[in-house]
Amino acid sequence: MSAQAQTRPTFAGDTWVIARRGLRHMRRQPEALSDATIQPVMFVLLFAFVFGGAISVPGGGRYKEFLMGGIFAQTIVFGAFGVALALSHDRNNGAIDRFHSLPIARSSVLAGHAVANLIRALLPIVFMSITGFVVGWRIHAGVLDILAGYGLMIAFSFAMIWIGVLLGSLVATPEGVQGIAFIVIFPITFIASTFVPTSTLPSVLKTIAEWNPTSSLANALRHLFGNPGGIAPPGAAWPLAHPIAYTLIWAAAIVLVCAPLAVAQYQRSIRS
Amino acid sequence: MPTTNAIEARGLVKTYDGKRALDHLDLDVARGAVCALLGPNGAGKTTAVRILTTLTAPDAGTALVAGADTASDPMAVRRSIGLAAQDATVDGLLTGHENLTMIGELHHLGRKRARARATELLEQFALTDAGGRLARGYSGGMRRRLDLAATLVAEPEVLFLDEPTTGLDPRARNDLWDVLDRLVEGGATILLTTQYLDEADRLADDIVVVDHGRIIARGDSRSLKRQVGGDQLHVVCADGRDLDAVTEMVARIAGVAPSVDPAGRSVTAPVEGGVEAIGALADALTEAEIAVEDLGLRQPTLDDAFLTLTGAPPDEEARAPVPASASEEQR
Ligand SMILES: Nc1ncnc2c1ncn2[C@@H]1O[C@H](COP(=O)(O)OP(=O)(O)OP(=O)(O)O)[C@@H](O)[C@H]1O
Ligand SMILES: [Mg+2]
Repeated sequence: MSAQAQTRPTFAGDTWVIARRGLRHMRRQPEALSDATIQPVMFVLLFAFVFGGAISVPGGGRYKEFLMGGIFAQTIVFGAFGVALALSHDRNNGAIDRFHSLPIARSSVLAGHAVANLIRALLPIVFMSITGFVVGWRIHAGVLDILAGYGLMIAFSFAMIWIGVLLGSLVATPEGVQGIAFIVIFPITFIASTFVPTSTLPSVLKTIAEWNPTSSLANALRHLFGNPGGIAPPGAAWPLAHPIAYTLIWAAAIVLVCAPLAVAQYQRSIRS
Repeated sequence: MPTTNAIEARGLVKTYDGKRALDHLDLDVARGAVCALLGPNGAGKTTAVRILTTLTAPDAGTALVAGADTASDPMAVRRSIGLAAQDATVDGLLTGHENLTMIGELHHLGRKRARARATELLEQFALTDAGGRLARGYSGGMRRRLDLAATLVAEPEVLFLDEPTTGLDPRARNDLWDVLDRLVEGGATILLTTQYLDEADRLADDIVVVDHGRIIARGDSRSLKRQVGGDQLHVVCADGRDLDAVTEMVARIAGVAPSVDPAGRSVTAPVEGGVEAIGALADALTEAEIAVEDLGLRQPTLDDAFLTLTGAPPDEEARAPVPASASEEQR
């Protein structure tokens, strides 16, 4: 008496059903939605107007233009957090069990989360671009460079999703995920050229910041958008001199290392 | 070889951190039958359900569900089953209708048919009005109904319901029982777990009592009750001074020495023909002009069942540990 399936099961189809669910979740959780919209907008406004006058950009240029690359980078790095939270919620409220009792590939659950979060990552990028433009951020670059800049953001967002999956599978509870985000991810995004040029930092922090991929992502975006801080001074550390290459290496390394680890850890976390 | 059983488990073993959750469990459920796994907390009911629904793999043993092997062909199993987990797993951030539609889509009904099926099920479970609201606003009973509806989306051959009525008020519980009755009339095979003997009694043809991951009794409700001790004649005297006289009457009617609780002024004894016994006792009490506070037949409770079947109270600490040596051996 089993009802016959009407459509051919496909991995992409199942993934999309689960991704749509994830997108609905985001729409219906005001907290999550504000993380992706209001918060980055507020950051742009606060930093542009509160610190804008106090921080001088090396080589001249307006702080508002320097700021945007950093704020994009920070938001993208924080993107890891959304997937991790969504996964650990699902793991804790039995949703994963429900999915796994259905005739779908188990990997489509993970893929659905990844797709939903990649789409979610685009939202703040759009919002920040608009806010930035309103407060005076300008791009001084050709179409190809602009596309490359936004492409780099998407690529790095994709990489961060795998860190998020790993985090969401390793940490048992949503509260734990939040704790790690605060203790690990938050400092990482600040000990970087996010809001201030690395040259202003004390020596140890300066070295960390120079090799921090958040810095290189920020600098790569500044470089591609023709904003101040995008050209490294002579004799700068290699990551600062080659921000685009260094960022791409990080993105690739994260995907190559974290994706298999994340999938393995996710499978371990759901087995018992 | 095709089998007539919807569920066939052999020698299921599952150990968590050195502790046996399932200890060589064998289980057969015929097609169209309702089987209740009855047991206290930690008996292994959920573990059994998780193995049979392919959510977890056993350390040893095999299981066939709807003719497919849970280990070698889990997809075929998943196509034929519906699972309502112990904690209702409705998605609070989706509406009732979206919840059911999503499950239908993941069963590959196609979006249009999934939607139609969702509407149909909402109506069947009296959730039509709530169908457009987010499920996080549902009451416990509505969640349970939605969860149950979700298991039925693809009209599965075998249903697994893990404590479907826990947390429901008596009315909601009765409503759910009625729904399950209709499913059974429709020919579904159901494996349900419960901690309540009366529920197992009400719903199941076949009751399997588990404890420590082992089956300690099985049968239909009548044979089980016979093992448990059947009905108990129970009387509470209005005046403690009548206790001896009443004890003597009960002993005569029941044919066995009753147990007496002087503090509660009560006398209890197992009886065979319950209704006749109660009539005889009522007559005797009237004749002797003894007033009673309570007179009736008591069904054996789960406590009684466990006292009788395991010889120990259903209390974690009081139970003998499973021998560690048994956990190494494989079937
Ligand atoms: N994922 C797990 N990790 C560790 N131990 C587990 C796990 N799942 C179950 N157990 C243990 O296995 C035993 C059986 O648990 P199970 O959940 O199957 O019992 P149950 O009969 O469903 O109990 P309840 O009536 O409380 O739901 C328990 O001792 C439990 O602590
Ligand atoms: Mg259980």
